[in-house]
Amino acid sequence: MCNGRNRLTCQKHDGDGVTTAELFRAEGLSKTYPGVRANDDVSFCVAAGEIHALLGENGAGKSTLVKTIYGLIRPDAGQMRLGGAPHAPADPHAARAAGVGMVFQHFSLFDALTVAENIALGMDAPPRRADLSRRIAQVSAAYGLPLNPARRIESLSAGERQRVEIVRCLLGNPRLLIMDEPTSVLTPQEAEILFATLRQLAAQGTAILYISHKLDEIRTHCDRATILRQGRVVSTVNPRDHSARELAAMMVGAEMRLVDRSGRQAGEVVLTVAGLTSAPASEGTSLQDVGFQVRSGEILGIGGVAGNGQEELIAALSGETTGRPGTVMLDGGDLSAQGPEPRRRAGLLAAPEDRLGHAAVPEMSLTENAILTGATRQQLQKRGVIDHRAARCFAETIIADFDVRTPGPATAAGALSGGNLQKFVIGREILQNPRALVVNQPTWGVDAGAAAAIRQALLDLAGRGAAVVVISQDLDELLELSDRFAALNNGRLSAPVATEGLTLEQIGLMLGGAHGMEVAHVAA
Amino acid sequence: MLQLEPRAATPWWLAIASPLMAVVATMVAGGALFALMGFDPVASIRTIFWDPLFGPASGYSRPQLLVKAGPLILIASGLAIGFRAGIWNIGAEGQYIIGGICGAAVALAAYPAEGAWIFPAMVLAGAAGGWAWGMIPATLRNWTGASEILVSLMLVYVAQRVAAWMAFGPMRSPEGFGMPGSRNLQHYPSAANPELAAGTGAHWGVIAAGLAVLATWFLMSRHIRGFRIRVAGMAPRAARFAGVRPETLVAFCLGLSGALAGMAGLFEVSGPGGQITDSFGSGYGFTAIIVAFLGRLHPLGILLAGLLLALTYIGGELAQLMLQLPAATVQVFQGMLLFFLLGFDTLTRYRLRWRAAK
Repeated sequence: MCNGRNRLTCQKHDGDGVTTAELFRAEGLSKTYPGVRANDDVSFCVAAGEIHALLGENGAGKSTLVKTIYGLIRPDAGQMRLGGAPHAPADPHAARAAGVGMVFQHFSLFDALTVAENIALGMDAPPRRADLSRRIAQVSAAYGLPLNPARRIESLSAGERQRVEIVRCLLGNPRLLIMDEPTSVLTPQEAEILFATLRQLAAQGTAILYISHKLDEIRTHCDRATILRQGRVVSTVNPRDHSARELAAMMVGAEMRLVDRSGRQAGEVVLTVAGLTSAPASEGTSLQDVGFQVRSGEILGIGGVAGNGQEELIAALSGETTGRPGTVMLDGGDLSAQGPEPRRRAGLLAAPEDRLGHAAVPEMSLTENAILTGATRQQLQKRGVIDHRAARCFAETIIADFDVRTPGPATAAGALSGGNLQKFVIGREILQNPRALVVNQPTWGVDAGAAAAIRQALLDLAGRGAAVVVISQDLDELLELSDRFAALNNGRLSAPVATEGLTLEQIGLMLGGAHGMEVAHVAA
Repeated sequence: MLQLEPRAATPWWLAIASPLMAVVATMVAGGALFALMGFDPVASIRTIFWDPLFGPASGYSRPQLLVKAGPLILIASGLAIGFRAGIWNIGAEGQYIIGGICGAAVALAAYPAEGAWIFPAMVLAGAAGGWAWGMIPATLRNWTGASEILVSLMLVYVAQRVAAWMAFGPMRSPEGFGMPGSRNLQHYPSAANPELAAGTGAHWGVIAAGLAVLATWFLMSRHIRGFRIRVAGMAPRAARFAGVRPETLVAFCLGLSGALAGMAGLFEVSGPGGQITDSFGSGYGFTAIIVAFLGRLHPLGILLAGLLLALTYIGGELAQLMLQLPAATVQVFQGMLLFFLLGFDTLTRYRLRWRAAK
């Protein structure tokens, strides 16, 4: 077991606390992307023989941080030390040479090749195949990871494929092993095998940096947890000293924001969704009996981790997928069987999450992107003939009203920054004066200023009497905007409850298994 | 070593320069090929590209330019619309053949009656035949997900067999002394599609090609449906979001390109071709694919590319006659043209960079 040893060494910041047990230290790491501070002055350290969790919501900066350690990203500022020596890998080769191994969430294996061939492909100087196979067999036996070097990848389960990736790392004798959400693809039994291996590795002095959302897992298996929120380190704690709800509160931010309802009065029911069930898609989650009502002047927030049916829900509301009669009703009119254009005509508008290629066409100008959804409601066409002047005028209005920073409406949408294009997309729908608007991740990847502008615009739209549905992973955003809150988990929507007075524990419970909080909560 | 590096944006002039560079490269490579075969490269190239228009025999060959370019432009205009949407009709040749057969069937059924209704009815029948042949791959793609590329291509060979069957069977001319082939429609005034002005080569098909260029330009740059077709080609999910139903789009594009190819077939059988024979298809449907791409899928470009490809047809024949160049020359030329075009197109999206090998 990895608990107990060396716990305090890295937490000392009084100048003399650096002991031999400290293996890795990051100091002041920062990385900024256009519009996002992915990492902001991140400092933490990992001791040898420790299983150290990195905990945070999507977009909290965990991936950026570990990619920096693995040499995939160069930090804008800050230093790292590994085993006492400066660690500034130019690329993953250098990181591996310094003793850092990483197992990615998505495997990079060739299905048609054998285990040994795949591992040889990833090596800088592969040994002879027979020697390699022997070493693979040795390592996999030593760490309880049964693996036949001659099997083809295509015949392996997800857990076995992950073993290939782990063995590949272990052959390089890493001092620091990074694992990115390793259990997300595993069955519970496979996860147990993995943890046994990790404990064995830690006992031999390897440090393990473990990324996960699953709080119960982290509380059971990890010695320390560094919690990231919006790119910053919130705290480094012993996860066993805290309940799952406390960890969740640290992850999402404990402070509750007051919901500003000024000027808004919930009126009659505008949008009714009932019994919405989508056929299972080849990928993604099918919706199961989703139902809710939104009133005029009201904002309904739908939370949950992406991939739990968000894409399917917005497609069912925008009209990209149609449903059985009575599933989508606007002002009493049944739109279930209608496509996107008739729904727009009726007043039900949507803004999907993916700006490039879904909500907007990157190669097309802003004028043309204004036509994309505005053609009918803004009368940008007359009997099919496009009125380019009216379209340019509409695009200019969006640009002016929503402060879109761009040289002009002739600019290609793909040339705009994420935040500016998002303002354009949201503005395009809001300016069409919808009766009901559904948005998915309205401020995803958008800088704080633009995000605030978009949120205010959504509030104003509701203030003018529209019904608004905000689908988001950002709990802060949902608490700030919505009057009522519901959680989408595995294709099922919880019953909406009033946001006012809602505590984080209740939200955690509603999000359920999505964050692994339900189990932890019950246990806690 | 040389490496390709994606460009952030394509300079506008490259989009125009790339087809021109392809034409020049084809001339150079073609010349080299002729030199290797023992022909004078300069004379060969001049015979193919210059003499048909300005040479001593140009009085005969110049009208042929419009005769050949008409069907190419008509077919390519339709194909380009589908190609813009990412719907690949490779079987225009088959739709051309079936259109010719259906149009000819109307004429042969009406024979020997005379009437102003006959020719318009033939045009409609030709378009309907091509449309129906194009709707087969459209329907199969919508119902079963079958690739329209393969289905439309395979239907070309079916259409060729149908043409042979017609020529030997139901459509064989009773006055043809048992020879395969239908009556010659050029000799049937109500069904004939003659040269409209002497010495120009222009027949109704050329007029139709001109109208098709105008109509497709209007559709693609002024009409909401053309706008959505372009969206579908660039971002299929955005097209669905905008309200495009993929099934409708597939049917529209394959149906329209089929109808235009069918009309081209009708104008050919009633005009320059004259009759349905077992070798009625002459490759226009395939060459039109080159025309569409060489013309950047733009109506004006297609107009120019159609004329250029027509020139290689006529010039190739001329070179065969004058210099005894092999008959395959034309196809080699057209193949090289597409090859170089695709090659230079890579340079519009990527730039060449010299990088030291690691």
